[in-house]
This record gives sequence, C-alpha cells and structure tokens, in this order.
Amino acid sequence: MMEEFARLFKAVDETTKTSQKVSALVQYFANCDARDAAWAVYFLTGRKIRQLVPSQKLRAALRVKTGIPQWLFDEAYEVVGDLAETIALLADNATNQNAQTPPSRSSLSLTCWVEDRLLGLKKLDELEQQSKLIEYWDELNITEKFIFTKLITGNFRVGASQQLVVKALSQLTGVSEDSITHRLAGEWSPTCDFYRALIHQDTKDSDKSRPYPFYLAYPLEVDYDQYSKQENFFDWSIEWKWDGIRSQLIARDGESFLWSRGGELISSGFPEIMEASKYLPDGTVLDGEILAWANGDAMPFQFLQKRITRKSVTKKMLAEIPGALMAYDLLEWQGVDIRSEPFSQRRKLLEKLIDTIKMENPNSVLMVSPIVPADSWQDLLSKREDSRKLKVEGLMLKRASSAYGVGRRKGDWWKWKIDPYLVDAVLIAAQPGHGRRASLYTDYTFGVWQNEDLIPVAKAYSGLDDSEIRKVDAFVRKNTLGRFGPVRTVKPELVFELAFEGIQASSRHKSGIAMRFPRIARWRMDKPASEADRLETLQNLANS
Amino acid sequence: MSDSNNLIYPTDKGLYCQAADVYVDPWGKVERAIITHAHSDHARWGSQNYLCAEPGEKVLRYRLQNAPNVESMPYGKTIERNGVKISLHPAGHILGSAQARFEYKGEVWVVSGDYKLNPDPTCALFEPVKCDTFITESTFGLPIYKWPEHEELFEDINSWWYKNKSEGRNSLILCYALGKAQRILAGLDTSIGPVYTHGAVEVLTEIYRQSGLNLPATIKIQAGVKLEPGSIILAPPSVQNSPWQRKLQPVSVAFASGWMQVRGIRRRRSFDKGFILSDHCDWNSLLTAVKESEASQVLVTHGYADVFSRYLQTEMGIASSILSTHFAGESVMEQEEVLEEVSEVIEETE
Repeated sequence: MMEEFARLFKAVDETTKTSQKVSALVQYFANCDARDAAWAVYFLTGRKIRQLVPSQKLRAALRVKTGIPQWLFDEAYEVVGDLAETIALLADNATNQNAQTPPSRSSLSLTCWVEDRLLGLKKLDELEQQSKLIEYWDELNITEKFIFTKLITGNFRVGASQQLVVKALSQLTGVSEDSITHRLAGEWSPTCDFYRALIHQDTKDSDKSRPYPFYLAYPLEVDYDQYSKQENFFDWSIEWKWDGIRSQLIARDGESFLWSRGGELISSGFPEIMEASKYLPDGTVLDGEILAWANGDAMPFQFLQKRITRKSVTKKMLAEIPGALMAYDLLEWQGVDIRSEPFSQRRKLLEKLIDTIKMENPNSVLMVSPIVPADSWQDLLSKREDSRKLKVEGLMLKRASSAYGVGRRKGDWWKWKIDPYLVDAVLIAAQPGHGRRASLYTDYTFGVWQNEDLIPVAKAYSGLDDSEIRKVDAFVRKNTLGRFGPVRTVKPELVFELAFEGIQASSRHKSGIAMRFPRIARWRMDKPASEADRLETLQNLANS
Repeated sequence: MSDSNNLIYPTDKGLYCQAADVYVDPWGKVERAIITHAHSDHARWGSQNYLCAEPGEKVLRYRLQNAPNVESMPYGKTIERNGVKISLHPAGHILGSAQARFEYKGEVWVVSGDYKLNPDPTCALFEPVKCDTFITESTFGLPIYKWPEHEELFEDINSWWYKNKSEGRNSLILCYALGKAQRILAGLDTSIGPVYTHGAVEVLTEIYRQSGLNLPATIKIQAGVKLEPGSIILAPPSVQNSPWQRKLQPVSVAFASGWMQVRGIRRRRSFDKGFILSDHCDWNSLLTAVKESEASQVLVTHGYADVFSRYLQTEMGIASSILSTHFAGESVMEQEEVLEEVSEVIEETE
C-alpha cells in the first residue's frame, strides 16, 4: 500500500541509526506483496523513472490548486530547497483549508499508484494532466504527497542506500548480501518476477548481462613510512590509478555489455570497445577503466567527458577522442566466477588473454594496466612523482593474494592519490544549497586576482564542516553586495584554499581555465583577500 | 514606517508611543516599558519601570533578575497616560503573553508581540482585538507552515515516548525552556513514565506552578538522581551532543520547533525525530489574525516580513509595510533562531 510505503519512508527518513532503518525495511518487505516490493526496491536503491511531468507544469498545477502566486512559490522554494517538498507543503496547506473531508491515507497499492496513476500521467494532455495531479494530491496525506511528487520529478532519494536495502532483504530471506547485490546490478524491471528472483534461494543466476558488484579501494590513510616498514613490498601489485570511467566489459553467449560503475549500460557510447570485445571468448568479464587514449597516451578526463555527455557518438568524435579500455582485473573466465582466486592469478590470466587478442587483432583497444616499475617502497615514492606527467591520479596498491571483494573494504586495495593542486581564492558569490542544506548559503563561487579584479575560477560545494558553513552563511547575509535571483554577490573578504585535481585551458570560461574537482581544502582565516592567488599563476599551470 | 507622526514608531531604543511616553519591548534602556512577554528578545534588562500582564509577572520578574520595578495588570483592564488608553490582551504565546492596545484620539493600534492562535493549556487563548493598525510578527510567514492539531501532535509525542520506552530507550525532547517546555509537559501522558527536566526547564516550570498552573510532576536531573529507564526528559536545545546528553544513553532525541516542518532542516541537525510545535502563528493563523483585527494597515516585523507584507498588499489589498525592529535580523533563519534560543539558555544555566 502507498500508506505503508509512506510509513516506511518516514521511519527511514527520520532516524539516523542504521539498525533502525534496516529494521523498518525488514518490517516493510515482510508484509508487502512482490509487486509493491519490486517497486520499493527500485526506488529505494536510487533507480528513477524519467521525469513524467516537467517542473513548470507541476508548478502550474499547484498554482491552479492553491492560487499561490509565482513569487510566493519562489520564496517558499528557496526556504525548502526541494521542489517536491515545496509542492507537498503548499498543496497540503491548501487542502485542509478548503476540503470538507481531510485526506485520509491512501489504501491503494504502491504499484497502482506508480503503474496506473504515475505512469498514466504521461499519456494525458496538459489539462487532463493538471486535473489528475490535483485529484491525486487531494487523495494523499502530506508524506504521501511528497513521495508521489518526488517520484514524478524523478529523483526520489531517501535515507536508505542500496546497501541498507540489501542488508534488510538478506536479513529477511537468508540469501547472502553478495548475491542480492549481484542481482541488483545492471538492468532490470521492477516486476513481481524480478522481486521473486531477487530473493530466490537458488543463487545460480542466469542473466547474462549482469556485472559483478565493483570492488572499491580505500584511500591510503596510514602513514606511508610506517606502512612501508610493516608491509613487504613484493606482497603488493602496484599500478597507476587511471582517471577515467570505471567499468566492466562482459562477454557471454555471443553478446557483450559495457557497464559503468553507476550501474548504467554504456555499450552504445563506446563502439570501439564493443568492437574489440568480439575477440573475447564467451564467459569473460573484465574490470577496468575507460580512457580517452591517443598515440599511446591518456588524454585528460575532460575529453572523455565530452564523449559521455553526447547521446550519439559521431565519426568525428570517434576519431578525435578515441576510447580504450585499460583492463586491470579478470572477474570471470571461461564462464567461471574467479573473484575468489588471488589477484596475482587473475592478473596472469588477464595478461595472457590480452596478449592473445593483440596477436589476432593488433588494433584492439583493450590494454592491460601496466605494473609500475619499482623495486622498493622507496623507489615507488619517486615513481609516484611521475603521476601528473602520465595523467594518472596516483597509484593503486593491490595485495597480490587478495580476492576481488564487494563494495569498499579496507585492507587489500588502496588508492594512493597524488596531492592535489592548491590555490587561495576569494569568496565572491554564494547561493543556497538544496536538500539537507536548504536555506543555508552553501554553494560558493570563488575568484582570483587579475589586476584589480577578481575573476571567477571555480564553484565549490563541499569541504566545510557544519559550524563553518553556518559562519559563512552568516557572513553572506551580512555582506551581500547584490542579488541575482538566488545568488548573492558578497564583499570579497573570505579566503579559502581550494584543492583541485587538474587544470585545462578553456575557451568557455571567462578566466580561460577550467579546474577539475575543485573543493574547499580549508578556510584561510589568516589571509586577507589581497593576498589570494593571481590568475596568471593558474594560467601558467594550465599551459605547462 | 518610522514616521514620528504615527501613534507608534520605532526609535533606536524600541517601539515608541510618544503620546503616552511608553515603549513596547524596548531594546534600549528606557523609563517606561510595556513587556509583551518574557522571552529575552522582548524583555530586556535595564529599564526603569516595567508593566506586563498579570499572569506573566512572576516569570518576568525571574527573567529580569528580580528587578523591583515590575508591575502588572489584568488582561482587559485599561489605564490612561496623557490621554492614551492602554490595555493588554491575551496573545496565546506563553504564560502572560500580551498584545498591547493603544487608543488615542479615536485611533487604535495593537502591538501583538509574539502570538499564536492554537490552543495551549498553559496560557490564555489569543483574543482578537479590533484596531486600525495591527503590528504583527511573521516568524513563520510562508504558506509552507501549517501546524498539526493539538491532539494529533500529542498523540505523536506520546506514542514516540511509549515506543522508545518499550525498546529500552529514554526520550529527550529539546525545546525552548520558557513556554514550550511547559506546554509539552502539560500534554504528556504521564501514565507512560516519569518526566525529568534540565535545570533551565525546571526553574521556569516551578515558576509556572507558582503562577497557578497545574502541571504534572517533574524531577530535576542533578547529582544523585537516577533516571528510571524509559523516561522522558525535557531540556533546552543547547544540550544536544553535550556530555549532559550523553548521560541519558540510550536515548532517542527529538526537537520541538516550527522549523521542523522542513525536511532539510530536520535532517541537517540530525535529530531522531522532529515535532512540529511552535508558539508562533503558522501561515493561516497569521492571515486569520490580520482579518480578525479588521485593521486597515498592517505593519510586519521579524520573520519573513517582506514576503508576508507583500502578500497582504498584493493578494489581500491591505496597506502594509515592514517595520524594522531588533526582535530579529533581516531574515530569520532557523539557525539564527536556534542560536538565539541557545544563548538565552546558556544565560539561564550560568
């Protein structure tokens, strides 16, 4: 029932304690039919249905229902920071004012709400859509209104991660977490059958397209000196940390699939990799990094980004930004899941496989991530200095004896990134954040000096703790120079050290440069704005 | 709207009625002050003579550190100064809270202070007072704010407490120590278990009792007091994540405030539970109060003043403008309000 789903949402949303979230999930799935359960899993694990009604039309429907003028809606939205929640609050306030009967909880099933009503909206013309929306809102209580509207806008995110859902389903059914995670990966439709298969006791799954859950490395947080003393260098296999798109290439039953770590099937975006996959024998799964690769060298990530943001890949783009797969692991071989074999073993098989393919097809874009040529921890330290030159993010340390795990685990795989670039920049504008940060000024624009002017060079959202955020928020309110919609320009006074991973010349930006992953490293309370960095410094860096 | 031709206008010391030579809730030190209620942004120390409504006298005396010059008068009684008739009327905000009515040469102004229309067993119900000019606050002056019904809210609070108790946890409600704590106390189902208080809450609860209110028994948490498992505790927001709170483990923590209406704000402060409970007006209450005052002019102070004033002008055709006061900053955001509450509580506990 929608009612139960709303109750589950509330229970999960309201607590910060994992154990309570999981027990609410267990209780929900224990009492719900397979169809509703499938939809619940679908939404709770962050899967979306494409936005069914554009935001503008949702707003219009709300206006018709409540009579609230546009400017007042905008004021409310700025405080709430979430479109669906703003709509739910405003619609609810209007409901109880005028309706003779207050909305009771909806006893229709979640499936009915989603399949008949929500998806049904798509077929309607604008006026019908509007009247249906109003009718539905009136049937729902405030939490349900929020959920329903959130589902329409297509980004229903709640305090339950896929991990928690997996944990709960595993607790409920006794099927291992790994199996459930595996079954959730990839493409599926939220049907009865899917849910039954998801919790099926027999874990020999047949879906040939399915990738394995990715094993993720932890950042190396231990002291390197100490680490190098306690660990034998030759127990470790060390590669570069490539800066691309983590993905799995699957060849089974004469078909291939390319999956991103985000769980998206991206085969069509990389025809050159799909072409190369034809040489893989059936029952092979590679784990690796998609890179833009030209003349034996990686291109900066920005180029790859151009490829993935395009819907269709043109010939020109294929020629200018050729894609390749830098493979570093073999997860399935001859149809057998070999993830529990030691890494050194898997790597040997992988090298042999790629060698063989190269012999058959010298132009293959499948490569093996090379081992960093170092013979001691000391030596490795100096090799790490080459990272920038090679356009990699640093090093990957993999224990030679390690199995391929699930999720992010400490101990066997470490990523050891090079230190980021740093720049001191001045806060010049701010706007309110969304969600958890609604109504606080948390989205900042920073500038550096060019002669007497501050030129915007970066936007950053994270890196401050809650108390610092509050202080900056108070500063913004007291030192506003101008307002442009939600954006306030502020007195140039606060200096922050920004960290970033790379820098490129860019004609799209006024500053002539584009930073990669800028974020706040720390607040330089000790520095006056006049001592912030100059644009020339960044331009030189971009051109070097 | 700082026109000194008006019956009441703001000066650097506060809202001033020149004809009567009286200030309402002054933020500077003045000779004669009428205090609408005892919260710290309205009742400030240092003036020579204070006048408040009778039910709030004991609370105000305590908050002004036993200042000797506090007088009170019953709701509805009229006094006259220099030809200005002055009376106080229930505002429904906290015990003894009042709207101040001024009548001079046939013109009536009402300064409403902080007020709410929802019923509250710990104070007199808001009384609509007809006037020409109505001065209203606008803390929650956006249509996203709608308070739940009293019964629904307390059912929610009591069942939360009951559930915690049955799962072996204590229940801590963080709330404003003056007014809100006592309002919650009055609505608790004490058959579930005993009620404990933080010192800042206990002292004000005791003053409420001395003022004639019948409130459930409370036990102040102090050295030597052992908490019965599954108890409920009322404490000011400043104790969140403090060593004091850690002594209450295992505990589920709720925050009672109108700001809890917005999900992002609730999540940001990571409470286990948020109860939407305010001693201010929600949107519809503000509109009702304005309508019932029948005022032809409405001056809007602290809160979403620009929004509410604009709405009155453009959507309701009522002459309105913003009245700038020291009751709050240019825009009241949740964290500022909470900080304000916290600083007051720290004052109290010191």
